[in-house]
Amino acid sequence: MKKRLINGPYLAWMLLFAIAPLFLVVWYALTAESGGERNFTFAHLLRVFEPIYLRVIWRSLRLALLSTLLCFLIGYPVALILTSRPFRPRAILVVLVVLPMWMNFLARTYAWLTLLEKNGLINAILSFLRLPPVDILYTDAAVVLGMVYNFLPFMVLPIYSVLFKIDRTLIEAAEDLGATPLTTFRRVIFPQSLAGVLSGVVMVFMPAVTTFVISRLLGGGQYTLIGNLIEQQFLTTYDWGFGSALSLFLMALLIVTGGILMRSRGDEEGGLW
Amino acid sequence: MAQAEEIIRLKNICMDYGGGPVLDRLNLYILKNEFITLLGPSGCGKTTTLRIIGGFEQQTSGDILFEGKSINRLPPFARKVNTVFQHYALFSHMNVYENVAFGLRIKKLPEAEIARKVGAVLELMNLPGYEKRDIDSLSGGQQQRVAIARAVVNEPQVLLLDEPLGALDLKLRKEMQTELKKIQQSLGITFVFVTHDQEEALTMSDTIVVMKDGVVQQIGTPIDIYNEPKNEFVAGFIGESNILDGVMHADFRVSFAGRSFTCVDKGFAAEEEIDVVVRPEDIKLTPAADGMLRGVVTSVVFKGVHYEMMVDVGGREWMLHNTLMEPVGREIGLNIYPDDIHVMKKGKIVEKKTD
Repeated sequence: MKKRLINGPYLAWMLLFAIAPLFLVVWYALTAESGGERNFTFAHLLRVFEPIYLRVIWRSLRLALLSTLLCFLIGYPVALILTSRPFRPRAILVVLVVLPMWMNFLARTYAWLTLLEKNGLINAILSFLRLPPVDILYTDAAVVLGMVYNFLPFMVLPIYSVLFKIDRTLIEAAEDLGATPLTTFRRVIFPQSLAGVLSGVVMVFMPAVTTFVISRLLGGGQYTLIGNLIEQQFLTTYDWGFGSALSLFLMALLIVTGGILMRSRGDEEGGLW
Repeated sequence: MAQAEEIIRLKNICMDYGGGPVLDRLNLYILKNEFITLLGPSGCGKTTTLRIIGGFEQQTSGDILFEGKSINRLPPFARKVNTVFQHYALFSHMNVYENVAFGLRIKKLPEAEIARKVGAVLELMNLPGYEKRDIDSLSGGQQQRVAIARAVVNEPQVLLLDEPLGALDLKLRKEMQTELKKIQQSLGITFVFVTHDQEEALTMSDTIVVMKDGVVQQIGTPIDIYNEPKNEFVAGFIGESNILDGVMHADFRVSFAGRSFTCVDKGFAAEEEIDVVVRPEDIKLTPAADGMLRGVVTSVVFKGVHYEMMVDVGGREWMLHNTLMEPVGREIGLNIYPDDIHVMKKGKIVEKKTD
């Protein structure tokens, strides 16, 4: 009886902020208004599969995957370096990794806008060094750069926390059995840190695939990812039905990919997921 | 052990992490095929010694020789020793087979040979059929066996064991003690075993090295260590004992507890102050009138095989073990014969085991 009471607020919260919105999304996605009443329809969902939208979805997935991969390639060594430092410098380095997150998301993305401009800081430095200028603003590259920059801490922190918890004696045991440091990393440290990698991948991929701010700012007005498409339906064209259908599709996609990832190492502990 | 070959020698090993010496001029040699135990309370430097042999710590100064050659600079993976870690340090992302095969795979042995060796060692460790099991699904005792299997499958010349039985319950620990000794004998490899459990050390070892505060106190066979402790610390640490202040009057003549006794020790200075050890089980009970010493029983505890009695002898507590019980309050006589009196020099001994 008491337990029920304690569950109460949590259940109310879930009902109000998770179940109800989800229900609304499903409701709008599967119904259409005609002649003053709403009728059940698959029309919105079918529209998602029109080539023009599939192309947007494909581009979103591609850029998100690329960003996730880059975050992993950059983030894993960073986490490894953090783990290998003694306590005080380590604390400072961790703060440095997290520091950009304390700035407003919009502000730091805008900052890239000025950095990447034709006459921005980066090109100024490049021309000073007599190197050719980079002109990546409003391209895939700029969007990926923005994603990697914004989501890198989400990759570093879970990997760091798992690496940090690996028992030192496991590494000693591997060395004791004849493994060189490289083999030890390949056969013990990396497999032991997979849970963290998995968390990191999910934590980066999810916001990357749904973002609409980064693509709008760094991708320019004409640039569309699935996030922009959904935003458009709700705020510009007021087609809530199609917007909901896109959201639903995206959600299904994330659940499926998440499920596959979890499946691959379902028994792991220690990650955030 | 007649003229066995030496395999490892530690020469003047000092270790200091910056807070005073952890090991102070440690000298030790280890023979081929011997079961040698480093014994001492926690913080005595026994684990540090083991880690220096394994290569996990670098000594501050001193040399470590393996078959006569210095291995000071060799990293752990290049040393011909394997370690069984205190908490096993098994790889939880691999099954039993892969754990045991780890070292063999690094040596790039053919798969068929790996399978044969892993099979044989699991057989030896009483773990056949466990190949596919997850590490987390094993009991503590089974994990222990896997850890030993993973080390011995590489056929090291020396196996280092860091309190490997510490986490097991008493019954399992006793079984593993006998089993470890058997394994050591059947494989014919040197075991360097670290423990703080004196009984474990006495049961398994060929040689015991008693350590305290980074200094070797005594090196000897279990029988030597028990019967002829070199100083008060060894006597107190190994088994129960009554340790008394005494004076050596002349060869074979010692006095303590207010009277003089005949003993078997000699070679001390006249009137030298010494420590006397009398083991509780060596004291004979007699009627009060016949005793060399007299005392009153103050407490009796039943210990299974024997009774442990505390006896007040002239204001000092003595411990006695006997299969017969004397009730609390009774006055009894205590007899101590020359063989049972062990005379030791006072103070700390820095032992050098040299040839």
